[in-house]
Amino acid sequence: MSSRDLILARVRRALADVPRDDTPYDQAFERGYLREHGDRSVEQTVDLLAENLADYRARVHRCDADGLAATIAGLLAERGSTSVVVPTGLDPEWLAATDVTRVPDRLDSTPAELDRVDSVVTACAVAIAETGTIVLDGGPDQGRRRITLVPDHHICVVRVPVQVVSSVPQGLERLDPSRPLTWISGPSATSDIELDRVEGVHGPRTLEVVLVSGE
Amino acid sequence: MRVALFLTCVNDTLYPDTGRAVVKLLTRLGVDVDFPMAQTCCGQAHYNTGYRHQAEPMARHFSDVFGGYEAIVTPSGSCGAMVRELYPRMGERARAEGRGDTLAATLAPVVPKTYELTEFLVDVLGVTDVGAYYPHTVTYHPTCHGLRSLGLGDRPRRLLQSVKGLELKELPGADECCGFGGTFAVKNSDVSAAMGADKVRNAESTGAEVLCAADNSCLMHIGGTMTRLRTDMRPVHIAEILASTEEEPLS
Amino acid sequence: MSGGTFVGMPSFPKAAHEAVHNQTLRGNLRHATHTIRAKRANAVAEVSDWAELREAGKQIKDHTLRHLDRYLVQLEESVTAAGGTVHWAADADEANRIVTYLVKATGESEVVKVKSMATQEIGLNEALEAEGINAYETDLAELIVQLGKDRPSHILVPAIHRNRGEIRDIFAREMSEWGRPAPEGLTDTPAELAEAARVHLREKFLRAKVGVSGANFMVAETGTLVVVESEGNGRMCLTLPETLISVVGIEKIVPTWQDLEVFLQTLPRSSTAERMNPYTSTWTGTTDEDGPQSFHLVLIDNGRTDTLADEVGRQALRCIRCSACLNVCPVYERAGGHAYGSVYPGPIGAILSPQLRGTQSEIDASLPYASSLCGACYDVCPVAIDIPEVLVHLRERIVEGGVVTRDGAKVVLKPAKGHAAERAAMRAARWAFGHPGALRTGQRFASRTRRFHPRTLPGPGKAWSETRALPTVPAEPFRDWWQRTHGGNKSGGGAK
Repeated sequence: MSSRDLILARVRRALADVPRDDTPYDQAFERGYLREHGDRSVEQTVDLLAENLADYRARVHRCDADGLAATIAGLLAERGSTSVVVPTGLDPEWLAATDVTRVPDRLDSTPAELDRVDSVVTACAVAIAETGTIVLDGGPDQGRRRITLVPDHHICVVRVPVQVVSSVPQGLERLDPSRPLTWISGPSATSDIELDRVEGVHGPRTLEVVLVSGE
Repeated sequence: MRVALFLTCVNDTLYPDTGRAVVKLLTRLGVDVDFPMAQTCCGQAHYNTGYRHQAEPMARHFSDVFGGYEAIVTPSGSCGAMVRELYPRMGERARAEGRGDTLAATLAPVVPKTYELTEFLVDVLGVTDVGAYYPHTVTYHPTCHGLRSLGLGDRPRRLLQSVKGLELKELPGADECCGFGGTFAVKNSDVSAAMGADKVRNAESTGAEVLCAADNSCLMHIGGTMTRLRTDMRPVHIAEILASTEEEPLS
Repeated sequence: MSGGTFVGMPSFPKAAHEAVHNQTLRGNLRHATHTIRAKRANAVAEVSDWAELREAGKQIKDHTLRHLDRYLVQLEESVTAAGGTVHWAADADEANRIVTYLVKATGESEVVKVKSMATQEIGLNEALEAEGINAYETDLAELIVQLGKDRPSHILVPAIHRNRGEIRDIFAREMSEWGRPAPEGLTDTPAELAEAARVHLREKFLRAKVGVSGANFMVAETGTLVVVESEGNGRMCLTLPETLISVVGIEKIVPTWQDLEVFLQTLPRSSTAERMNPYTSTWTGTTDEDGPQSFHLVLIDNGRTDTLADEVGRQALRCIRCSACLNVCPVYERAGGHAYGSVYPGPIGAILSPQLRGTQSEIDASLPYASSLCGACYDVCPVAIDIPEVLVHLRERIVEGGVVTRDGAKVVLKPAKGHAAERAAMRAARWAFGHPGALRTGQRFASRTRRFHPRTLPGPGKAWSETRALPTVPAEPFRDWWQRTHGGNKSGGGAK
C-alpha cells in the first residue's frame, strides 16, 4: 500500500463517527463575522489606509496623477538612489521626471545583481485599509516577486480610491489565487528579540507608499 | 425562597466559618437556608485528575441530595463550575461511550439552579449592597473557575465596593491563576509554588490588609504561601466579609 | 550544526524544577510574555466581531477535519494541476527520506529554510545533516537557536528564553563559523542584532538553489499554500531558489480561498498582536518565469490521524500555531518551553505532544498534568480549542487506560504505572463521599486530633508543605455546628 493510500485509509477509519450525510460545506458554518469593520466614506477608507500603513512604519505620500512623476523622482533623489528596477508593464510616465538608471525586470538577472540595485518602483493589485496592507499579484506593472524583495527600498504606487478596499474579506474577493501573491504591511520586521517589534530585517527596510488620486 | 447550601467538602471540613458566614448572610437577606446533611463532594477533584468514571456516582449523589431545592448556592467558584460546566459534559461523555442518556438526565435538573454565592446575590436576589461593614483595605483575587468558567465578571467587586468601611485595592495581574489547581499543587509543586509566591507578592504590593477571594481552595494555597513567606496579609473568603456587620463584625 | 533534541526528556515536573529556579530565564520569559499579552489583548479588542471570527475559525477547521480525506484528495489534485508534485509521508522518517531524496536530486548540498514547526517536529535538519546537506535556518529566532546549538522553546519565537545580551554573545561567538561573522563591536540593541542577522544570511539567500518551508494554510479548492511571516526570510526562501519543498501537516487544510478571510484576521492578532503581519506569501504550484520552477509538497501524518481518531482530542488539530496560549500561560511563563520536551511547548504542546507521540514516555505521560486548568489558554485560542477539556481527557487516558489509535491501529492501553497511590486515594475518597456517615467520622477525628497535627508533612505531602503552611483543622466541622444549631428544625437530610 502506498503511503498516500495508507494515510487516507487511516483518516477514514479515524472518522468512523462522522455520518455519511454530515452537514455539507455550504451549510456547515455561519459566517457571522463582519464583511468590514465600521462605516466609512470612500475618503475615510483611504485615510484609514494611510494611517495604518504609517502605523507600521511605511512612509506614506499623497499626490494626484499629474504630480506622480515628480513625487517618485523626489523620493528616489531623497534616498540617493542611482538605479531602480522597473517592471516591464510599469507606466513609463511614472519615471518621466527622474534620470536614475533603469534596470529592467529580466528573467536572467541574478539575485546578486538585484542586490546591487538601490530601489524598485511598482504598482499594486489591491490595498486593504483596515490592516494597512498592499498586495502585489505579479502583474506586468508589479513584476516578478524577487524585484520587490531584494532591493532595500520599495516605492509602491496605489491608485486611490479604486484600488482600496476596507477589509481582508473584500481584499481576498478581488484577488486571483492562481497568481503568486505578496501581502505587504509595512517594511520587514521582527518580534524575535524579547517579543518586541523591530523594523528592518531581510525584506526592503524602507517601504514608501504613494497614494495617487484622480487617474 | 428555600435554598440549599452546597458548602463543598473542603469548606465543611476545613472552613466552617465560611459556611456559618453564608448562613448568616443569606438569613439576614431573608433567604430560608437549608444544609442537606447527606451532601458530600461534587467530584471535582476526581474529574480533574482523570477519574471521571469515579466522579459519576458522586455527581449522581449530588443530584439526589440537591435535586428537590429551588436553588443551590455554593461559596466556591470551582465547585459551582463543576456542576454547571462539567456535569453536562459528563452526561455527554457517557452518551458518547454508548451508555445512553441516563446520566445526562439525572444530572440535568441541578445544573441550571446551581449558583455561586456572588451570582446568587446579584442575579437572583438582585442586591449588591448586602448591608455589610468591614473597615479594612482589601484586594480581590478573581479565581479562575469563577472568572472564566462561570463568568462572574464584576459581581464580586460590586458587592465588595458596597461594603461600608471597605477600601478596595486593585490587584496587579488579578486574572492570573494563583497556582493551586487541585492536584497540580502537589504534582507540579515547584511551578505551583512559584505562581503562588508571585500572587502573594502582587497582593502585598497593593498594601491591603486582606486578600479576598470566592474560593477557599485557592485561599488555602495563597494563605499557606503567605504564612511561609511571613507576610502580614491574611486571606478571607468573600462570604465572611459580606456577613460582617457593625453589630456583629468578623472576629 | 544540529541543535539539541528532545529524546529522553525527563518528566515535566523534573524539567520545570530547574527552570523555576533559573532567575535569568524567569525574567526573560516574564518580560516577553507580559509584553505580548497586553498587545494581543489590544489587537483583539480592535475588532468588534472577534467572537464571531473565532467561532467561524473553529467551525471551518472542524468541518475540514471531519472530511479530511476528501479535502486531501482535492488538494492533491489542485496542487498537481498547478504544476506541483505531492508526496505523502506516514511518519517522520519517511518525510525526511523524501526531502533528502529531493534535495539530492538537485545536486545541491545546502538549503535555506523558512521557520517551520513541521520540519522541526520531524527533525529534518538533523536528517539532512546526516546526509551531508547543510540546512540553514533563516528566521531570526531559529538562527539564534541554531547558532546557539540550543532547542526551541516557543512556537512563534523559538529563542524567547534568550535575552538581547545572550543573543549578542551567541552571534559574536558563532556567526563566523557558518559564514559572515558578526560585525566588530556588536551591541545588544535589537536593531543592531537584526542587522547582523540580515548581513549574515544575505549571502546564503542570494546563492540558495533549494528552499524548504512549511505552510500556515493550504487551500484545497485552489491548491494554494500560504506562509505568514514578518522578516522577509520567508519571501527569500519561497522566491529566490529554483526548487521549493514544503513540508506540511495534513491538518493545515482549509476548504476554500474565502476561508482564509477568517484566519488572516485571527492569526496575526493572536500571534504577534499585529493587525497584519508584515509579509504573507501565497503560491499555487509554480508560476512561469517567477519564483521556483520546481515545487514539491510533502504531506505528513506523523501521529495526526491517531489524534484525529480521538473524538475529544481531535480538536487539537484545529491549532493554527499562533502561540497565544503559550504567551498567556502561567505555567509556561515559569517552567519555560524546554520543560515540555517537544517542539510544541505550552498548553497546546501539553495536549498535542502526548497525542502525536503517544503517552508511553515519561515526558508525554506527565504533560497532561502540566496545567492548573486555569483556562486562560482556552480564552485566547482563536480556534476555541478547549485545552483544559483535552488535558483532563488525557489524564483519564493515563490513569484509566483504554482504547487508543497508534500508527493507525487500535490498541488497548493499560492504566499507567506510578499512579497506584493516587488511584487508591481517589477510590477511598469516593467511598467516603458515598457514605456521609463515614465522612463525618473522619472529619470529627481530624478535628479532635488537631492539636497533634504536624506543621509539615512527610512523603508526597511534603510537596505541599515545603512552600505552603497547612490549613488549621477547625474545632468542629460545619455539619456538626449545623446540627447543633439548626438540627432540630430543618430536614437535615435533603429536601425529598
